[in-house]
Amino acid sequence: MQDLDNIVNGQKLFLKPEYQEVLKNKKEFEGSMGAINPAKVEEIQKWTESWDYREKNLAREAITVNPAKACQPLGAVMVALGFENTMPYVHGSHGCVAYFRTYFTRHFKEPTPCVSDSMSESAAVFGGLANMKDGLRNCNALYKPEMIAVSTTCMAEVIGDDLGAFIIGAKDEAEGELDNVLIPNAHTPSFVGSHITGYDNMMKSILEQVSTEKTTVDEERINIIPGFEPYLGSLKEIKKISKMFGDKIVMIGDHEEQWDTGAGEYKLYAGGTKIEDLKGSINAKATISLQKYSSIATAKTIKNKWKQTYETCNPIGLSGTDAFVMKLAELTGKEIPEELKQQRARLVDAMQDSYPYMHGKKIAIWGDPDFLLGMVSFLVEMGAIPTHVVCHNAPRKNWEAEMRAILDKSNRSDECNIWPGKDLWALRSLLFTEPVDFMIGNVYGKELYRDTKTPLIRIGFPIFDRHHLHRYSMSGYEGGINLLTWITNGILDQLDEETKDIAETDYFFDSVR
Amino acid sequence: MGPETLESLQKQAIAEVLEAYPEKAKKNRAKHLGTDNPEGVKGSCDTTRSNKQTVPGVMSQRGCAYAGSKGVVWGPIKDMIHISHGPIGCGQYSRGGRRNYYIGTTGIDTFVTMNFSTDFNEKDIVFGGDKKLKKALEEIDELFPLNNGISIQSECPIGLIGDDIQAVAKVHKKETGHQTVAVSCEGFRGVSQSLGHHIANDMIRDHVMPDTSHRKDFESTPYDVAIIGDYNIGGDAWSTRLILEEMGLRVIAQWSGDATYKELAIAPKAKLNLLHCYRSMNYISRHMEQEFGIPWMEYNFFGPTKTTESLRKIASFFDEKIQEQTEKVIAKYTAMTDAVIAKFRPMLEGKKVMLYVGGLRPRHVIGAYEDLGMEVIGTGYEFGHGDDYKRTKEDLGRSTLIYDDANEYELEEFVKKLRPDLVAAGVKEKYVFQKMGLPFRQMHSWDYSGPYHGYDAFAIFAKDMDLAMNSPVWNHTKAPWDKEVEGA
Ligand code: SF4
Ligand code: SF4
Repeated sequence: MQDLDNIVNGQKLFLKPEYQEVLKNKKEFEGSMGAINPAKVEEIQKWTESWDYREKNLAREAITVNPAKACQPLGAVMVALGFENTMPYVHGSHGCVAYFRTYFTRHFKEPTPCVSDSMSESAAVFGGLANMKDGLRNCNALYKPEMIAVSTTCMAEVIGDDLGAFIIGAKDEAEGELDNVLIPNAHTPSFVGSHITGYDNMMKSILEQVSTEKTTVDEERINIIPGFEPYLGSLKEIKKISKMFGDKIVMIGDHEEQWDTGAGEYKLYAGGTKIEDLKGSINAKATISLQKYSSIATAKTIKNKWKQTYETCNPIGLSGTDAFVMKLAELTGKEIPEELKQQRARLVDAMQDSYPYMHGKKIAIWGDPDFLLGMVSFLVEMGAIPTHVVCHNAPRKNWEAEMRAILDKSNRSDECNIWPGKDLWALRSLLFTEPVDFMIGNVYGKELYRDTKTPLIRIGFPIFDRHHLHRYSMSGYEGGINLLTWITNGILDQLDEETKDIAETDYFFDSVR
Repeated sequence: MGPETLESLQKQAIAEVLEAYPEKAKKNRAKHLGTDNPEGVKGSCDTTRSNKQTVPGVMSQRGCAYAGSKGVVWGPIKDMIHISHGPIGCGQYSRGGRRNYYIGTTGIDTFVTMNFSTDFNEKDIVFGGDKKLKKALEEIDELFPLNNGISIQSECPIGLIGDDIQAVAKVHKKETGHQTVAVSCEGFRGVSQSLGHHIANDMIRDHVMPDTSHRKDFESTPYDVAIIGDYNIGGDAWSTRLILEEMGLRVIAQWSGDATYKELAIAPKAKLNLLHCYRSMNYISRHMEQEFGIPWMEYNFFGPTKTTESLRKIASFFDEKIQEQTEKVIAKYTAMTDAVIAKFRPMLEGKKVMLYVGGLRPRHVIGAYEDLGMEVIGTGYEFGHGDDYKRTKEDLGRSTLIYDDANEYELEEFVKKLRPDLVAAGVKEKYVFQKMGLPFRQMHSWDYSGPYHGYDAFAIFAKDMDLAMNSPVWNHTKAPWDKEVEGA
């Protein structure tokens, strides 16, 4: 029973003897192997750790187990929330939208506005035009957006709804109510690619459909597309760096403030790229994408339709940031500011202070393609060994070769493996058969940590079980210091863990490291 | 605030909220909003429109049929593997978020927090996914040999592309002798997760109930009961089980939190089905009544008043021995819960609460708040039906705003107008209200605490509400240089 002076929740409540008894009694009625024959569980457990299991596991073709990717509309919602007074609108079922909102909200610990037009059976039969007509009007009346960015769920895609025509139809019947709202739209079929594909499709559509008036090129204007960036601090830092090179370097799709508002009042919309700035994108001198593989289609629009200079940079880690800074210097014709030079020197200094701990450490890492290119580059710069690089949503073209080129900079390149298209249950086998010292990844690494005991350093998306990490930067020189801090201290925490046994290992439990 | 002023304030709030809608939507929403009182005339609980199509273009808090089947009913069955059949998203977003606690070796003999997906690509949509599904079933059996069955949970595209997953499941079951259940719970079916519960129940009815293999040699006792509709969120069913066993009953099955397939299959051996979440499992309870003659009874384990009431009702189904024992259990725990109330009530007395949840909670948790002296002034269901609203009436303590399928705009406006001291709803709403400086508790996941069912759990509930209401963090919102009177 509860002790009034020490009321405990489930964590400790169920450890009390009366509850242990309840759990034991329950086994009598259970049919799981653990209740019937625990030895068998152990036997299979051992087998899952073997090379034999690994081969079968890696040969899987049809079932995905514990994926490390999500679906297109999620990325589209992120893009929409990067623009001022913009409501993401998903044409399809509200079930999906409940999921998108929950997913982002759990990561950012912030509200995530997004509507759907609640398509259901009748829409499956007759199409979703009626939903679109009512939906756009209601959305506009309730949330008064300047722009409504329409994407689709797989349902709308399968029944083949024509977004462009539907929106025109809806505007026609709205008695003028929708005349002053921008309504760009993108098809985001969730059975193609992943959330970064959806990001790309929505970004491309917004640029193509809203930034249409080509006038004269503004030689000072540069667009920066951040990509599917879960680290709000990174957005902030990129903007800070850009500012040092000019006032007209504009982030297109800047969702930093939307997911970082203060206490005191709730604002539906916060921050975001100004619609005016969005409209002017076409007249910029150049566009830099910070996530090449999250903007493949967008790149085509910029290069081929806009005939604009298009560059990609990946400012994660030292050399990635160097390249970004030099690109800005080149495009603006400006000197690299003293402040940045100092920031770089500080990062290098910090790397030189901490390197013994990362050096030679074997690391398994997973995440989105561009995230991995940046992170692996940093790991190699520090002398760590990215033993398993798992990219579930790896692009088919070029990515693997690009990753290999980065790994080849390591003198232990032959120990590094790239696993495109593999999920986290596959990684489990890799970790058992070819163990590493640390893992770097999102919350889904938690079960891998429990199963394999490989310590997890949380960097990635989503992270639901630790607070505030997304507020920091992982890009730029200062972001580099954050990465270094997280990883080094993760390693040191583990060192303490391993040396804390009294009279056994604690001779190495040093106060100074 | 007297009951009259509260009610007129509530009515006024509804009128104002409706003003923002275009005509068509306004007419629709008006039927879903109202007020009701514990006593007297028919109110909103009798008349509200519910279980209807959501108005398009709003931020509905509803989920889909897949969420109701995979997320709620099937997903927690721990020794089965539940495939999210279709594109990658649905399964990923719903992975591990519901806190359906269970004991087992995950990945070996239990699988609840994992995500199995057929990860559809364009080819599967165009040419159909049945072959892939068959292969997936085979791969699962090879790699997870201790699974006690597989369920296939359809995502939206499946029903639209004409796949025949029932046939695939049938073949696989025949070939392997393993339970394989295909559930056509495509998200576009129905208007919310509710239809998903129903479809999931029907599949249990058609595929699990006829399976007599586990009940053949099962030895019954006169005191066997099954817990139906408890998903063991934060361990709710475990704290329920403890009390029932102390009463002298034997809990032979727990549906579906921490459930094994066998427990589903032996439930027809129970003498009484104890139904907690009426909304999600009344269907199967009715079926077991018809088919096996098992009576079912709704109970409420939130807060001592309701728990005690429920225990006596449960005991009345059994003999005097159980009834006497039940009184002992009540006496034993009441001493503790009285002390909990004495400790926390002074800090919570008179605080106003607005609820917005799903399933049984919009009515069942009212009693727990009232036990602490807190006053529920608004409540509503994401996916309730008329029978839920009717059942709500008896739980009301005062004039209460009733909102069906409320969206975020409405909730925000209602809260601004009625100024509750605490909002208790879901994660999508949490940070909206916290930003407004209002204490908030998630009442789907127990905000990462719980359990909340039973006597011991009430102590946790009380402590959590006190934590939310009386944390110093809410006092910091206004900066010291900010001279305006708050709320002016
Ligand atoms: S509505 Fe369909 S696609 Fe969306 S989450 Fe539900 S099942 Fe998946
Ligand atoms: S996969 Fe399709 S149904 Fe599922 S969440 Fe994504 S868009 Fe919705």
